[in-house]
Amino acid sequence: MSLQAENTKGAAAGRPEGGGFADRFSMHTKRLVWVWTFLALPVLFYSVIRFYPTLDAFRLSLTDWNLMRPPKFIGFENYAKLFTDPDFWQVFKNTFAYLIFGTPISLVLSFTIAFFLDRVRFGHGLIRALYFMPFLTTAAAMAWVWRWFYQPAPIGVINDVLAALGLPQQPFLRSTTQALPSIMVTAIWAGLGFQIIIFMAGLRAIPTTFYEAARIDGLGEWAILRKITLPLLKPTTVFLVVLSSIGFLRIFDQVYNMTTNDPGGPLGTTKPLVLMIYQSAFSSYQMGYAAAQTVVLFLILLVISLLQLWILRDKS
Amino acid sequence: MRKALLLAGLMSGISMVSVNSANAVEIEYWQYIYETRVNAMDQLIEKFEAANPDITVKQVNFPYADYQTRIVAANMAGKGPDVMQLFYGWLDKFVAGGLLQPLPQDAFPHDQIESAFFPIVTAMKRDGEYYGLPTAVRSLALFYNKKLFEENGLDPENPPQTLDELVAAGKAIAKFDDAGNMVTEGMTLDMAGQDHQWWREVLVRQFGGVPYEDDYRKVTYDSPEGTEALEFYTGLQMNEKIGQSGFMDEGQAAFRAGKAGMTIDGTFRLGSFSQIEDFDWAVTELPANADGMRSNYSSYFANGIGAKVEGEELEAAEKFLTYLTSPEAMGIWLDVVGELPARRAVALTDENTSNPIYGPFLKGLDYAHTTLFVDEAAQRQVAIDMVNRVILNGQSPADSIKEAAEEEQAIIDDAM
Repeated sequence: MSLQAENTKGAAAGRPEGGGFADRFSMHTKRLVWVWTFLALPVLFYSVIRFYPTLDAFRLSLTDWNLMRPPKFIGFENYAKLFTDPDFWQVFKNTFAYLIFGTPISLVLSFTIAFFLDRVRFGHGLIRALYFMPFLTTAAAMAWVWRWFYQPAPIGVINDVLAALGLPQQPFLRSTTQALPSIMVTAIWAGLGFQIIIFMAGLRAIPTTFYEAARIDGLGEWAILRKITLPLLKPTTVFLVVLSSIGFLRIFDQVYNMTTNDPGGPLGTTKPLVLMIYQSAFSSYQMGYAAAQTVVLFLILLVISLLQLWILRDKS
Repeated sequence: MRKALLLAGLMSGISMVSVNSANAVEIEYWQYIYETRVNAMDQLIEKFEAANPDITVKQVNFPYADYQTRIVAANMAGKGPDVMQLFYGWLDKFVAGGLLQPLPQDAFPHDQIESAFFPIVTAMKRDGEYYGLPTAVRSLALFYNKKLFEENGLDPENPPQTLDELVAAGKAIAKFDDAGNMVTEGMTLDMAGQDHQWWREVLVRQFGGVPYEDDYRKVTYDSPEGTEALEFYTGLQMNEKIGQSGFMDEGQAAFRAGKAGMTIDGTFRLGSFSQIEDFDWAVTELPANADGMRSNYSSYFANGIGAKVEGEELEAAEKFLTYLTSPEAMGIWLDVVGELPARRAVALTDENTSNPIYGPFLKGLDYAHTTLFVDEAAQRQVAIDMVNRVILNGQSPADSIKEAAEEEQAIIDDAM
């Protein structure tokens, strides 16, 4: 018999006699039972699809497993292999390049746009929608359009414009130095809409009385921004910094789709950690090795997130 | 009472299923999604079912990128295909992983296989047992754009036959704008396409080297001959300027758009190139070296029987595989997909060898090599990087090939 039936009986029939199931517990306990009954399902679901595989990745990272033969325990060999693999260090460097340049650039850009968009009255909704549109588009579709933009002269839009201006062609995705920034631009552009919306919500949440008081006190625009807007936006900023960092550390779609001919290329200069994990797991079937890479990524994500929360914590 | 009813219902359901299965066996056939291949298989299944009314074949398709993973995962779950298509290069992995069972010798006698099929089927043999047979085989050839040949004073009926002629024709076709940007390629250069096969099995041999030894377990292209082959290949872009890696994104796209005079590609491209309407194209054998030596790369998808198939499903699977490798099936496959029949007698008919399109591919099969990959994607990446180091980073071909050989040897050793 379900708990619900048990409770109904308790409430309706149980009361006159006293001593029923429901009467033995306080209101608070009963509410807790209800809450946990409802929570049990998502918690169970989440544990099975989220926590168990995460924990299992630690176990797998200590094995040699190609999906077909049973996993063989090899201790920390995968990690030893990983740290001596020059490809891994290249990928590590790339991943941090996406993070270190991508996060601040995207935040400054989105804040600037949100700040000015907040003051625009004419066509505000339309402009906001235009900025938000890329966020709704499939990453793969966007990546392919950008890939076409970056092509050399006869078909590439950007190079056609450069040629029309009499400027030399750029190799973009075919260059070991330009490919990563080219992909990063796409990723920043793709995430911009979301960040703008969140920033605007943050800006709108600041009471106008603060601004009025500041103006009465004779504060300039720059001082208002520095002393009122930015400090009050801190929770929003923390949220976006953490989210955006995780996004850049886990970048995959843009890179994979823009470099399908030479995944993560040229010469591995655009390959992020997630793409390396994908290739080890689903192309070379080195599941143990891929699990070790996943664990490393997990630890990086954990450390960076904790670090950011600590640095940007509310000191008051 | 309700429980009893439910139980009765369940029982009748079960008995109906078992009655059905006594009458007809259903087997599953898996292959990846590629429109013409799926269509061809639909036709084959229809004909097979008409001849074998007690067997139904269900075709299951997955995107190519997921295909291997699906087979492996399904096998782990004990729900793998009865008959599956697999690339010959995956065989070691599939055999080691217990995904396939050897073909029964009574239904597929070895002497008959070896006399009837092209010799490349031996790539499906391990420890004296065959693990699969192909319906069709693929080889490479030089596709060329007749319109661009004519426009540049070349004879469209006499395409290049040697590497020197190839370079000369490429130079005649390649065009640049005032700023020096390439606008038309003489020949496509695309290592991620089929050029890595051309380099490994054709150019290295034509320059006097051997790409691998010991059944493709030892990399040997790191030699003066191999270096010369790499110098020749990268020279096509850097010195001769007849093509440019990355031009129009992909070699085949450039050719389709009429922006490339020549491209090296496989039989499997026939279906897509046949949709070209803007110009006529033709096919010729891969160019020979100065001594007239030719080489080619051939490959195929084979069909094998799942390791766990037994009983009447196994019998049905055997029958289906026999049909898939029959001359009739090969004829249909050639018409629909454009891939060459795997049986000599079906392929080498006068009609096929004199066919201007199938002819050059068939000739190529005679002198083709079949690379035994352990991890095709990773080995291809080594070749792509080798060329990129020279073209993008200015590394010397000798150093780059040395690095490539070490990397590829490590991949092979790791897999063993």
